[in-house]
Amino acid sequence: MIARITFAETRSELTKLVRLPAYVIPTLAFPLAFYAFFAIVMGGSRGIAGTTVATYMLATYGAFGVVGCALFGFGVSVAVERGQGWLLVKRASPMPPVAYVVAKVLTSMVFAAAVVVLLCALGAAAGGVRLEPLTWLTLFGALVLGAIPFCALGLAIGSLAGPNSAPAIVNLVYLPMSFLSGLWIPIEALPPAVGHVAPFLPTYHLGQLALGTLSAGHGSPAAHVAALAVWAVAGAAAAAYGLRRDEGRTYG
Amino acid sequence: MDDTQTPARLAGVTKRYGAITALHGIDVALHAGETLALLGPNGAGKTTAIRSLLGIITPDEGTATLFGRDPRVAKNRARVGAMLQVAGVPATLTVAEHVRLFSSYYPHPLPLDETLRIAGLRGLAKRLYGQLSGGQKQRVAFALAICGDPDALVLDEPTSALDVESRHALWDQIRGYVARGRSVLLTTHDLAEADAIAGRIVVLFGGRVIAQGTAAEIKGRAGRATVRCTSGLDDERLRAVRGVGSIARDGGTIRIATQVPDAVVRALYVLDPTFTLLDVSQTPLEEAFLALTRTTASEEVPA
Repeated sequence: MIARITFAETRSELTKLVRLPAYVIPTLAFPLAFYAFFAIVMGGSRGIAGTTVATYMLATYGAFGVVGCALFGFGVSVAVERGQGWLLVKRASPMPPVAYVVAKVLTSMVFAAAVVVLLCALGAAAGGVRLEPLTWLTLFGALVLGAIPFCALGLAIGSLAGPNSAPAIVNLVYLPMSFLSGLWIPIEALPPAVGHVAPFLPTYHLGQLALGTLSAGHGSPAAHVAALAVWAVAGAAAAAYGLRRDEGRTYG
Repeated sequence: MDDTQTPARLAGVTKRYGAITALHGIDVALHAGETLALLGPNGAGKTTAIRSLLGIITPDEGTATLFGRDPRVAKNRARVGAMLQVAGVPATLTVAEHVRLFSSYYPHPLPLDETLRIAGLRGLAKRLYGQLSGGQKQRVAFALAICGDPDALVLDEPTSALDVESRHALWDQIRGYVARGRSVLLTTHDLAEADAIAGRIVVLFGGRVIAQGTAAEIKGRAGRATVRCTSGLDDERLRAVRGVGSIARDGGTIRIATQVPDAVVRALYVLDPTFTLLDVSQTPLEEAFLALTRTTASEEVPA
């Protein structure tokens, strides 16, 4: 029963977002455009960390794209549905709450997978990226599963922020965090101070985890997974707090 | 008493929001097969009562149950359909997509066409929600409430945003649902609406149940009009006059709430040679509720 509802919920969530240009265009087009410009036009076949810039940036812009899908797909949509009362209608229905959350995670992962596949296709076609089949797969898997902790962070923002402020808050978190984690410009090329700040950001760990699949990352994959898990738990806890706090509000 | 037969019950429910107490230990039960209206002005606690019943909020004291079960557990809401006052229904799904999704939450939903027919949405199945008119949107909300073929409906101000024609259409749909042997609990601030569709009315005011009864009883007590007058008769003799509802004195002026102002005035002229009529006015809604509060207060005085 729950599995069936989760499936219906996911399909409906995907349909809803696909018809929303304000979601689809930024989440898909921005990572692709940035990758095309920074990695292919500017970087090309130059070398970095034992690989080409186009290959290296497939991991970092992949991470950038995945994080965007999760933060916007989750954070903004929950904030809007919560703030405008739609979440109340869902909560008054017999829908199991877990179906709502899992459906949004799955939807974010579907969009994340689409971003990664498009980036890989662009990299292979125009950036001269050549990888072993298994490497393609581990890179894809690391990035798409990496959406999960950012879904938790998106849920936290969506549960705490108002419907109008949520998009701005997501951008304020998303863009600086991505830059400081070396997702736009390789961290090796940024001032050393950034390298000290980056390990405190979840985006850094996803970027390094993805780079690790290309043998171009720092640190152990297990440590990055652990750091992301801590962020996921913190996000879920903040979301639980926000949703419980809502109960005390009447919203008219 | 077997509470599993009672579609919805609030027992001694108190709910506070900070310093404000929205509900003061109220007892309300929706019985199987009846249409019950929770009537009250804005801020009376109607929405808090509905949200407690649906498990959206947890009472500070007392219990809310649906068919004897805790409404905070999702599956315990499977025999109930709800319609809330909300603005933000996702605009990029079609009517059919919305209904199909909500139907999937219930074990034995109605067929899609049946839901659309009952809710008056035939021909609109493929329309995006965002392209519907206000009345059509309200009908979608009603469709989402009934699509699971629930035994009971809980409707929070279902007609508040509707024009007269859409309002009557929704009343008909609600009556049609009750005719299938189901129970309906709705909130309204409109006595005429409660009178039109509800068999029983519970009046909420300031978070308390101040009156309950059939529509006719409540109307009689609330009064349709206020007769302002002076008279030498005492309250007891005034109350004996047929049609007199609540009585309030303000200095020498007496205010009588009544359904039948003409008959009351005629009777008082006959009974009381000192009677002077000042004016007769339609009772504003707030005052009708206040009249009910006074009636309740006087009933509480031990005889």
